[in-house]
This record gives sequence, C-alpha cells and structure tokens, in this order.
Amino acid sequence: MTDLTRLTLAEARDGLRAKRFSSEELTRAHVAAVEGARALNAYVLETPERALEMARASDARLARAEAGPLEGLPLGIKDLFCTEGVRTTACSRILGDFTPAYESTVTSQLWRDGAVMLGKLNNDEFAMGSSNETSCFGPVVSPWQRQGTEGAAATQLVPGGSSGGSAAAVAAHLCLGATATDTGGSIRQPAAFTGTVGIKPTYGRCSRWGVVAFASSLDQAGPIARTVEDSAILLRSMSGHDPKDTTSADLPVPDFEAACRRGVRGLTIGIPKEYRLDGMAAEIAALWDQGTAWLRDAGAKVVEVSLPHTRYALPAYYIVAPAEASSNLARYDGVRYGIRVPDRDIARMYEGTRAAGFGREVQRRIMIGTYVLSAGYYDAYYGRAQRIRTLIKRDFDEVYAAGVDAILTPATPSAAFGIGEKGSADPVEMYLNDVFTVTVNMAGLPGIAVPAGFDKQGLPLGLQLIGRPFDEETLFAAGQVIEDAAGRVRLPEPWWQ
Amino acid sequence: MSVDEGTVRRIAHLSRIAIEEADVSRMQGELNAILSFVEQLNEVDITGVEPMSSVTPMRMKMRDDVVTDGGDPKRITANSPLSEDGFFLVPKVVE
Repeated sequence: MTDLTRLTLAEARDGLRAKRFSSEELTRAHVAAVEGARALNAYVLETPERALEMARASDARLARAEAGPLEGLPLGIKDLFCTEGVRTTACSRILGDFTPAYESTVTSQLWRDGAVMLGKLNNDEFAMGSSNETSCFGPVVSPWQRQGTEGAAATQLVPGGSSGGSAAAVAAHLCLGATATDTGGSIRQPAAFTGTVGIKPTYGRCSRWGVVAFASSLDQAGPIARTVEDSAILLRSMSGHDPKDTTSADLPVPDFEAACRRGVRGLTIGIPKEYRLDGMAAEIAALWDQGTAWLRDAGAKVVEVSLPHTRYALPAYYIVAPAEASSNLARYDGVRYGIRVPDRDIARMYEGTRAAGFGREVQRRIMIGTYVLSAGYYDAYYGRAQRIRTLIKRDFDEVYAAGVDAILTPATPSAAFGIGEKGSADPVEMYLNDVFTVTVNMAGLPGIAVPAGFDKQGLPLGLQLIGRPFDEETLFAAGQVIEDAAGRVRLPEPWWQ
Repeated sequence: MSVDEGTVRRIAHLSRIAIEEADVSRMQGELNAILSFVEQLNEVDITGVEPMSSVTPMRMKMRDDVVTDGGDPKRITANSPLSEDGFFLVPKVVE
C-alpha cells in the first residue's frame, strides 16, 4: 500500500469514503510518522490512544454511511486550543500541566465533523514569536534544509512562528492538516517558510472561545494544510457563529472548497506599491512579479494600488498587541491554574510565579504593554496606535471601494533563517518578519499564504493574498490559480527519522 | 521616549513580574529598542481620526440574563496549584 501520510486531506477523505483504506490504517500511519519525527519537536504531546479510538469510531460511522465532512482524518492541534482532558499549555511554563475541563469551539467543530486528533503542536510561548524559538518545550526544527547542506549535520532552520509546530508537522507529513492561530502573521509566515498553505480568515469568522488569548482584537484561528483545497475544507469546519464569543460573526459559512475552482477571470487584483520596500530581496521582488503574471494570465485585471499607512502597521502593532497581552495575561497569577512559586505574601507570590513562569519574550511584551497603558502614556502610545489602526483600515476600505477584489503581496521578506540567527540582540529584528502580514490583522481582513517559488538556497517562498472582509472565497479562488501555476511543492524527504 | 532603570523597575512591579537587579539594564535596552521603533508613529497626522475599537462594525449581541453554567467548584478548582474543599488557597491577604 502507498504511504498514506503522502495523501492530501482531500485525497484521504475520498479514499476513506471509497473504502480503499480505513481511518484506523490512515491514523496508524500518521502515529508512526509522528513517533519517527521527534527530532523535529513539532508535537509537544502525542495522543495516539485517543487518535486510534477516534479513528475506530470514524470507521464505524463510515460503515453506517454517517460520515461527517472530516470523518476519520487525522489532524494536529496547536497547543493554544483548549482540549478537554488533554494538557494545554500555550507552550508556557506558567500553565504547567493545565488540563482544560472544556473544549475550544473550533476544535469541538472538528470533532463534530469526524476529525481525529493526533496530538498537540508546538508554538511560540503564548503565540508570541516568529520562529517558534520562544516555546518552553524548545524550538521546532523545520523539515526544510538549505540546498547542498542536507542531512543531520546541516544548519537547522526555523519553521517560522508562532504556529511553527503546525507548519512543520504539515510539511513533514505528520498530519493531514493542522489548526493554527494568527495575531500578526502566525499562520501565514510559518506556512510561507515551510511550503504549505495557511489562511487567516476575517476577524470574527472563527470563534476565539477556548483559544488561549494573546491580543483579543487581533487573534484569529485558521488552518495550515498542504494544498489550497485542503485549507478550504478545514476552514469550513472551523468557521461559524458561536454565541460564546461576542465578536464571532453571525454569518453563513460558504462552501470554501467549491470556491477553489472559481478562477480569477474578471477579478481585479491590486498590487500595493508601498509593499515594495527599500532593500527588498531581488528574489522576493521576482516572485511577486511572477505571481502577478500568473494571475494576469488566468484572466485577472491587475492594477497598482496605494496603502499609504502600510509602514506604520508594524510599529502600531507593537503597541496594540502587547497592551492587550498585558491585560489578557494578568490572569496567570499562580492561584487558579498552572504553576505557583510560594512566598510569604500574595504580591511576592504573583511576582515570583510570573518571573518563573513567563519566558523572556513574554515578559518583555507584558512590560511594554503595561508601560503603554500606564497613566500619562496611554494617549501618546495606545490612543495614537488605535487611531493609526483606523487609518490602516481606511486605506484598505478605499482600495476595495474602488473595485479591487483582492491584493497580492509577498508573504515574508525572506525565506526561513537558522535557529538562533535572529533577534538575540534586538527584538525588533525578529518583529520585522511580520512586516507584510501584520497589516491584515490590524484591519481584521482575511489573508492567505500560498507557496509560489524557492529562494536560491532551495527554500520555499510564499505569496500572500488579502481579501475583503468575509470574502475568503476569492482568496481560495486566486490561491488555487497560484498553486496550479507554481506546481505543488515537493516537500522534503524524511531525513529526520 | 525612553525608559530609565527606575522606570523599568516600576513597570516590572506594575506587571507583577519580579526582576533581578542584574537584569534591569538588559531589559531597559530591549524595551528602549522597541520604544524607539514605535517612535515613527509620531510622524502620522491623527487629527480628527477616531481610535479603532472594533475592526468590523457590529452591534454587541444581547442574551437572556440567566445563569447558564456554574455550581461546580470541584471542576473550577481542579487545575489549581493549591485548593481545599472547592476553595482556592492563597497566602494571607488581610491582616
């Protein structure tokens, strides 16, 4: 039998329905792949017994022709999603062995639709990072290696972050697809770094209930998968109104899979001139031009557009996100869950617990957030950043009002870098990774990253499409055109086993 | 704007994060790198611009004011590092 982990999610779904193999066989193949890939550190908790139990239940439903849309398909879950009875840590020491008594809405919808859980995936601590190096479980190693330096002795590369475990697991065939979250680029940047597809839907499309909070006005869940179609199938199950999240949108969920086959004929694609940064790498500029040509060849009209406040999105983000984080993370006090460092009074207990429990990047962001919200500085920092956010959103509104259907940009300023290479002296160096993705969160828009080419070292590069609010369908349609033109990525062979 | 060492200690205290004396100047450098990065926001003219409070214009939904959950202190305290009889235990707060 062919290696079942090599199938796309759509192929696996169709194979299960045609009874070519069982979910138990499919799941066993993935469990073995996960066990053989511990060197990548993609999973922080493996749940093989639960997976096989879920698979057998799926096989029973498949036999009764009661299959759900994701029936019997093994997935990985970012450790930011609360899973009932299964340890959830956000990859922070402070959560200890926290075991939720409830299930996040997004994951409960995946199980409702028949999916199988393989385990919990590594991420940057509280999703704060762009390289998956801030996790308390240690960094994730990308399955990708620079050409000419392959093998166990090669430089280990980051998979991107914060959803680095999700992206690495999908790229290394350790699951058919994975959940992820995106506050400033945490789905799209790791997808671009690993040759996978990641979509951050419109703010409000997926419920945030049961997802460990980082910056509530920016956080959104979404999938990472190996094809545009697979990401569409997953997003449909993850989406939908949830009364438990007041910011969840009460809108019908479209058939995203069907949208993949729409094409782009007659669509207008905007190319924002402000994204052509000074010093942009030639191969990134060339990739962008190539993507533009592919969409034009497929019948889209391409126009230059202007988003004048683009360059302010990243600095404004580094006020808004830490401010919200400092408030959200106030709950980790050593009283209700997680670790506690005992002390003689409660203030010292809080301070000792949080110093021991939070990693350096998280402490830094909490402190910046506390500072920009403190008396005397609120207007100068937070108030100003929220006004600039209005201007960033207005830029997009004007472009869409002028008839543009979607915007094409590079996903990242470079390909993946080595573990330990960036940000050790100046945190801002790491933050610049999100320069193309963060605008989308600031404006609450949907964005998809699709693999489109390679750098000169053979590492994958992605393009990003940004859509109108709640028009993910156009992103799937245009993303499919790019995937078809670029050809499916040949993912790395398993050197890690 | 930049922060001095005294401000770093004050922010750490407001954040309820103990900071080692030896670490203050390193943290000061990192915070100032971020603050100098966000300085460029002062170039933007924000006269008459409303602060964004929600990315999508939506009216908050109202629900019936009824109890939908609760009454299960054992479940609530199950993850607590220290609890007794359905109560969280903390060091003495009131003298």
